[in-house]
Amino acid sequence: MKKWELSRLQELFEAIAAQEPLYIPTDVSGQPTFALWQPGMALTRELNTVRSAKDLFFPQVEELVKFKVEGKKIQVLDPQVQIRDQVVFGVRACDARSFDILDSVFLAEPADTYYRDRRAHTTVMTLACTHPEESCFCTSLGIDPQAPGGDVSCWIEGEALYLNANTPKGQALLSRLPLDEGEKPEADRSVFDRLPLKDLDLTRFGEKKLLDWFHSPKWGELSQSCLGCGTCTFVCPTCQCYDIRDFDTGHGVQRFRCWDSCMYSDFTMMAHGTNRPTQLERFRQRFMHKLVYYPADHGGQVGCVGCGRCLRKCPISMNIVKVARALGEEEV
Amino acid sequence: MQERVIEKAAQLLESGACARVLGWKTGEFFYDVTPAVFTSAQQVRQEMVFSPFCGANLSKYLIAESRKEGKVGVFLKPCDSFSFVQLQKEHRILRENVYAVGVQCQGMSDIEALKALGLRGITAVQAEEDRLTVSTLYGEKTVALEEALSLRCRSCKSRALHDCDELIGDQGRDLDTDRFGEVARLEAMSPEERFAFWRSQLSKCIRCNACRNVCPACSCEKCVFDDPNSGVQNKAAADPFEEDLFHIIRAFHVAGRCTDCGECTRVCPQHIPLHLLNRKLIKDMNALYGPYQAGSDFDSKPPMLTFTQEDPEASIITEGRGIQ
Ligand code: SF4
Ligand code: SF4
Ligand code: SF4
Ligand code: SF4
Ligand code: SF4
Repeated sequence: MKKWELSRLQELFEAIAAQEPLYIPTDVSGQPTFALWQPGMALTRELNTVRSAKDLFFPQVEELVKFKVEGKKIQVLDPQVQIRDQVVFGVRACDARSFDILDSVFLAEPADTYYRDRRAHTTVMTLACTHPEESCFCTSLGIDPQAPGGDVSCWIEGEALYLNANTPKGQALLSRLPLDEGEKPEADRSVFDRLPLKDLDLTRFGEKKLLDWFHSPKWGELSQSCLGCGTCTFVCPTCQCYDIRDFDTGHGVQRFRCWDSCMYSDFTMMAHGTNRPTQLERFRQRFMHKLVYYPADHGGQVGCVGCGRCLRKCPISMNIVKVARALGEEEV
Repeated sequence: MQERVIEKAAQLLESGACARVLGWKTGEFFYDVTPAVFTSAQQVRQEMVFSPFCGANLSKYLIAESRKEGKVGVFLKPCDSFSFVQLQKEHRILRENVYAVGVQCQGMSDIEALKALGLRGITAVQAEEDRLTVSTLYGEKTVALEEALSLRCRSCKSRALHDCDELIGDQGRDLDTDRFGEVARLEAMSPEERFAFWRSQLSKCIRCNACRNVCPACSCEKCVFDDPNSGVQNKAAADPFEEDLFHIIRAFHVAGRCTDCGECTRVCPQHIPLHLLNRKLIKDMNALYGPYQAGSDFDSKPPMLTFTQEDPEASIITEGRGIQ
């Protein structure tokens, strides 16, 4: 295991950034977010960013292709930029697990080349949690917040940062840095046993009862005050839906994709109209996807990593925990 | 207050006076209450709460609820009652189908205010007179009740209920808080500084639409930004210009109808101080057309919907920097 003095963290960032662009969670206009490190930029003191780390691989807006029209000639241009190697530091265990979920979608054949390129060129340095929020429930999903994955796992204990490479990519990065050797002291885990949501069970919504869950009478009550704003989907590290749109530039077309939300009325709109006419169906889609459809397709793996963002950010405080509890009550 | 509100809700349902009651429902924690429709007294007694953390304004739900079968009961705080009146003025709520219970308010608390004090892992609160004992995963801390006050309550315009069929507690009065101080501070900036301020704030926007969807003044059936036929449909902002545009257009569209209820800023996941945009417009309208408060009465004429020969022709072009 490697070690670095915490008081010299800026020097470590500098050493990494001298080689590759480095992203760290920092406060921008008062809100924690992943940003390109610049000299002096400090780590946020917040546990987690408002937007998740998925932004790095799946940005909110991304240009896919350009068409340039000149008279009768149409030129097709590829705006895909050459992705350079980059490093992201400070990803929490929950967000790191969300990459597995995103991978299973974007890297399934035919792979999404935009996502694949970013993923392949990024070295992920995770950071273990010591001070979870009351809304964190990663542990109930089998994620160990003190053993975060990624290419390099990092821990802050006392006055030092400890680093351990998990992959060849991680090893390559660490070997290029002037780190000391060191062994991390045993950390105190007791706070994780006091987490209010630690006993939550999100894994019992089996596909066998898919239709029962789908037709549960609870959806009406659960969705009744949902604003359909989409905040929950935009802050969620595992939400992966997007829309593809054409922008008419006057002399051609810019085709881009942007995040979409199943909470929106035009989501999956088709020529015949929509199959989700009211907020009930839209709301149901989000939670059925995380709790039932995704696990059914992926060997039981739940499509939620317990980051708690939807608990903290929904304007009406409706979220996956309340949904799971309500559905669980009736035991269909 | 909690007991009286819950008893009232149960009674409205038991007596048959209302078919449904709009209130707030308990959550996992003490602060994550959800607006909910209750249909039985039993359900009310089990699940309804009224606590200082019931910040959500229920008025907008009445647009849909007042169109359903039977009467709907609703609990309104003073600020919510401005939205209630304003929505009636806009003919969005069928008043005869609503039984409105006003609830006197001493200011609402907000989990974000507690977090702003540096508290993390908050699991419980206990109020004692003017103090709040906050339990967290990392120990207990006592704070003054005032420090837990939500942002909007710090500049509350009035504790008077503006339209209700019944009031729990005493009628309050208008307050003289400094609502426009922050706006004046922005006005005093140079245009470059001000631009930088709004850029840094609006560039955080993730276009989740929470501000718009929660806003009682944003009650269009289909927003232009959602409508593929509008030509300006815009699901995500591609550049800073589009980021600004959404908010400026929204602020202008609700100008004269925004009651300054504070919901937009409360719900923004990125803590963008949207209320400052709206307050700037309120301040300017007051200066140009005389004092006006949306939602304060049924008769006054909204400045943006009235024309008189005497109306000033305020122009950012002729006056250089807009209204001072
Ligand atoms: S569940 Fe909450 S965050 Fe999600 S769309 Fe509904 S109101 Fe918005
Ligand atoms: S559903 Fe909520 S808790 Fe789960 S990963 Fe998404 S934002 Fe996090
Ligand atoms: S959910 Fe777990 S991994 Fe994520 S921030 Fe909280 S404690 Fe850390
Ligand atoms: S609530 Fe905040 S982040 Fe969401 S659209 Fe409004 S300003 Fe943007
Ligand atoms: S713009 Fe904001 S303050 Fe004004 S009515 Fe809408 S939600 Fe309330």
